[in-house]
Amino acid sequence: MSANEYVVRTKGLMKEFKLGDEVVKALNGVDLDIKRGEYLSIMGPSGSGKSTLFNAIGGLDRPDSGSVFINDTDMAQLDPRELAYLRCHTIGYIFQTFNLLPSMTALENVTLPTVFAGMTTDDGIERGIQVLTMVGLQHRLHHRPTQLSGGQQQRVAIARALANNPSIVLADEPTGNLDLKTGEEIIALLRELNKKEGVTIISATHDYKMVDVSDRVVWIRDGKIAKIEERADITLSVGGMQGTEEE
Amino acid sequence: MTATDSSHAPKHQIQLPLSKAWEISLKSIKIRFLRSLITASGILLGIAFFSFVRAVNLIPLHETGSAVVAEQSRHNFLAVMALLVCFVGIMNSMLMSVTERFKEIGTMKCLGALDKFIVTLFFIEAGLMGFFGSVLGWLMGWLIVVITQLLSGGAKELNGMFYKGSLLQAGESIVIGLAMTLVASIPTAVRAAQMPPAMALRSEV
Repeated sequence: MSANEYVVRTKGLMKEFKLGDEVVKALNGVDLDIKRGEYLSIMGPSGSGKSTLFNAIGGLDRPDSGSVFINDTDMAQLDPRELAYLRCHTIGYIFQTFNLLPSMTALENVTLPTVFAGMTTDDGIERGIQVLTMVGLQHRLHHRPTQLSGGQQQRVAIARALANNPSIVLADEPTGNLDLKTGEEIIALLRELNKKEGVTIISATHDYKMVDVSDRVVWIRDGKIAKIEERADITLSVGGMQGTEEE
Repeated sequence: MTATDSSHAPKHQIQLPLSKAWEISLKSIKIRFLRSLITASGILLGIAFFSFVRAVNLIPLHETGSAVVAEQSRHNFLAVMALLVCFVGIMNSMLMSVTERFKEIGTMKCLGALDKFIVTLFFIEAGLMGFFGSVLGWLMGWLIVVITQLLSGGAKELNGMFYKGSLLQAGESIVIGLAMTLVASIPTAVRAAQMPPAMALRSEV
């Protein structure tokens, strides 16, 4: 086994989409190594390929060519069963639209991944309450998504992503549907979980508030990595970037 | 280096307990009760039409000779038409009810659900709606025939033969209703479950 320093590695990722007669290269050779325990933001304007990269890393869509390694496992080699196992245990997903199941309460939503992981009902509920407490929703256990605010729904989604103790949390525009203040709260929560629980957070976003908390920022443009910046390098320029959210 | 890493892992992935699947399906029907009711009514009305036509057939005719043959073939034609109408109705409701939940299917896959889990959930849901829709639909069609017969003074024709035939027809209606419901919903659910989750999540209805 190679060193476990990298939790995700991608090699030469390519993905094309057909838009009418036009072929759009959503990913055009992306090589990216993501360190264990880091908070990484993938930034870029819409249409830059960041969601496609997100889907490829999360095993939600297959790239046309190239490979994604999660903990040194080549995702292309996995059969559907193994892929389901990986999604269940290794990766937690957070979406812009929260994607909670409307028929279930907060606790039931959070417990669902533990059901898929084969946990007993009692253990699942215990774990569910634990993670919901972690995100500050211990008083909203039995509310349905429709009875929760956007920020609260996203907290439930974060709790759900953490239910099976994943080593990676993938967040696709987690603040995209939230107001400024709630967005900041969610970002702070993600950062806190990253520090306390040591979970690697990979977030595709065009929210500049994310830059502040990220260890590294990957800038994507036209399906390619334009640049990768370390946190230390960015802090200097953050002042200049605020207010330039026109993309 | 990859296969050894992952190949032992999925053995821990246990079956979704049937009781849990049952619980999730019931909840899903309950919370969408009005929607489920409309879907089930589609099944109910289709089967009611079919069962009505079939039950009328059980009542002996008073005509003789060629009139009987004509009447008989008219009934058969109606029964086939009823079956077709009911098939299209059920197909439509079930296709819609699965398609509008592609996003939910994608989400469950992200949470680590096997395709099998998802199909099981939809199987239980469709099965329940198909069963109750068919039972009630049969009862409705049958009652209409019995009541009309009683009102028109034909009580004596509702004899042992009629009831025995009715029982057979009840079975027939339920089997047909259930089969149609499952045929309409399961292939759609399987297709959704086999999609890459990204595609299921993208779908908007």
